[in-house]
Amino acid sequence: MAASTTTAPTEAGTTAATPGKAPGKVRPRGQRSPLASFGLHATLAAAAVIAVFPVLWVLLTSLKPAQHAITTDFVKDPTLENYRYLVEETSFFTWFGNSLLVAGITTVLGVFIAATTGYAVSRFRFPGMKPLMWTLLITQMFPMAILIVPLYNLMGQLGLLNQPVGLIITYLTIAVPFCAWMMKGFFDTIPAEIDESGRVDGLTPFGTFWRLILPLARPGLAVTAFYSFITAWGEVAYASAFMVGDENLTLAGGLQTFVTQYTANWGPMTAASVLIAIPAAIFFVFAQRHLVAGMTAGATKG
Amino acid sequence: MAAHTSQSVAKAAGDESDVARGRSRRTDGPQRAANRGGLKRAFATHWYAWAMIAPVVLVLGIIIGWPLVRGVYLSLTDANERNVARTIGANHIEATYTFVGLDNYTAVLSDPVFWQRLVWTVVWTVACVTVTFALGLALANMLNRDFKGRAFYRMALILPWAVPGFVSVFAWRFLFNRDNGILNKLLDGGGIAAIPWLDDPTWAKLSVITVNVWLGIPFMMVALLGGLQSIPGELYEAAEMDGATTWQRFRHITLPGLRSVSMTVILLSTIWTFNMFPVIFLLTRGGPGDSTEILVTQAFREAFVSSPRDFAGSATWGVLILALLMIFALVYRRALRKQGEVW
Repeated sequence: MAASTTTAPTEAGTTAATPGKAPGKVRPRGQRSPLASFGLHATLAAAAVIAVFPVLWVLLTSLKPAQHAITTDFVKDPTLENYRYLVEETSFFTWFGNSLLVAGITTVLGVFIAATTGYAVSRFRFPGMKPLMWTLLITQMFPMAILIVPLYNLMGQLGLLNQPVGLIITYLTIAVPFCAWMMKGFFDTIPAEIDESGRVDGLTPFGTFWRLILPLARPGLAVTAFYSFITAWGEVAYASAFMVGDENLTLAGGLQTFVTQYTANWGPMTAASVLIAIPAAIFFVFAQRHLVAGMTAGATKG
Repeated sequence: MAAHTSQSVAKAAGDESDVARGRSRRTDGPQRAANRGGLKRAFATHWYAWAMIAPVVLVLGIIIGWPLVRGVYLSLTDANERNVARTIGANHIEATYTFVGLDNYTAVLSDPVFWQRLVWTVVWTVACVTVTFALGLALANMLNRDFKGRAFYRMALILPWAVPGFVSVFAWRFLFNRDNGILNKLLDGGGIAAIPWLDDPTWAKLSVITVNVWLGIPFMMVALLGGLQSIPGELYEAAEMDGATTWQRFRHITLPGLRSVSMTVILLSTIWTFNMFPVIFLLTRGGPGDSTEILVTQAFREAFVSSPRDFAGSATWGVLILALLMIFALVYRRALRKQGEVW
């Protein structure tokens, strides 16, 4: 079941092999009654609207002049004023840079540290494997509540509060177990015959891993990296607690400064939202299929 | 051996590795290996595996293990903002908090606040996971059919997942705005009085659940879709020949076929929802009053919002949350075992 999620691309082939076959369909040979067809499209269209609307609305709002920001009009006089304000009058790019730095380094370190572990738990049975798997699973369900105070005090003592380094170390607590878990899932999908042939050719386990498996797992590594990047990019709790002062905020913290209890600066806020979301969304579209494959594979094979 | 389709790869990989590493497998389990051959032999056999996991074990030990131990210790003290070690200007002030045993736990557990939070957290988790799963399953089933425009719907439905969580939450805050939000404007157009989405305890609870469901559906849907596509079509054909109704096919083929994926996504999303900090914190700040405060946001509030910051109290909440989750995971695992799942 685990690996089979990766077979999604063959869906077209399956359909071709069994013409008109689709699970759950009422009529046997590819016919759906007009009513059922209408119902299907209506439901999906409604769901799609609900899924897209909030995002689309933010995009539209970001293009409205400030005085129209909170009207229901669709864009009347589109303007980039909000974006100009964001770039020139706020520290948006500082926050953007902070987020990029923190998330980027976290990702690289996380993937780097976790790669061999993912491989080891995928391929070997060894004393300590079960406890390790459990630790990885349990640390993923750690509420930040249990670590946040000790980490806060620790960072305070080391003088790392308000420093990107402090946040990076903190995020590694999230990224490392997660990366190891995900990569195990990806390594599981690489046939063990490849390891075997490497061993027959006289490679050490490390050599097999480094020369044969790692190159094959590159898509998996990319997806893991992407996912941990997004996790760090969108983290709120630690960032809110550890970083203060305009200069040091990451995006999650920076956006909060636009919305206070009583007033909300919706124009720049929506513009910022768009700028934050677009790059992530583009990457995401390429990666999404593998995201689930990796996660559920790792978990079901645990 | 011949049938190495991609579907059986994972299983095959498991079998193969057993054969390939018969040496490490022969003793069938860590304990016996250690007992029979002694530590030395175990090390000779497994040193490369241990070397490979060393970096993660080290990192986990230093940045998770140590803070965890310290967190548990803090929960047994009366540490707060005023008595922890701190540096003001050039002066370093030593910590003066003292060990108070289980006082914090007694205090938290005998406080109705904890039980209120716990009840709401459980309601929140169950509601979110149930609704997300039901809707995700329904949508996955629809998308698994063959029809025009499927790729488009799929893209649209996945979109919320592509947007960083805190951005989505801000977007919703914008929609929910009482006086100027689009939702109330639309209601107004339909002649319905504005709804205080985030300003009324009940509506606020519904709102946070709505947003979390909205955020969670794409993952659920895509995972279940993957699961659906792995169910062999022949099963449905055979069932159809035997005259099974749509419902029977769903009940007896689809649901069992999805079980392993379902178990995983339910476990994951339960844990995520239980600990879902950003939705609550950014949408309502736990308010109005404290009506949407879940355990995690409460722990955050103790340490970083309330004054003086109560570090010991926060650590106590944290330990309790962790204990709850571990109990959940154990129960869940036992339930899976009973059903014969390998996990």
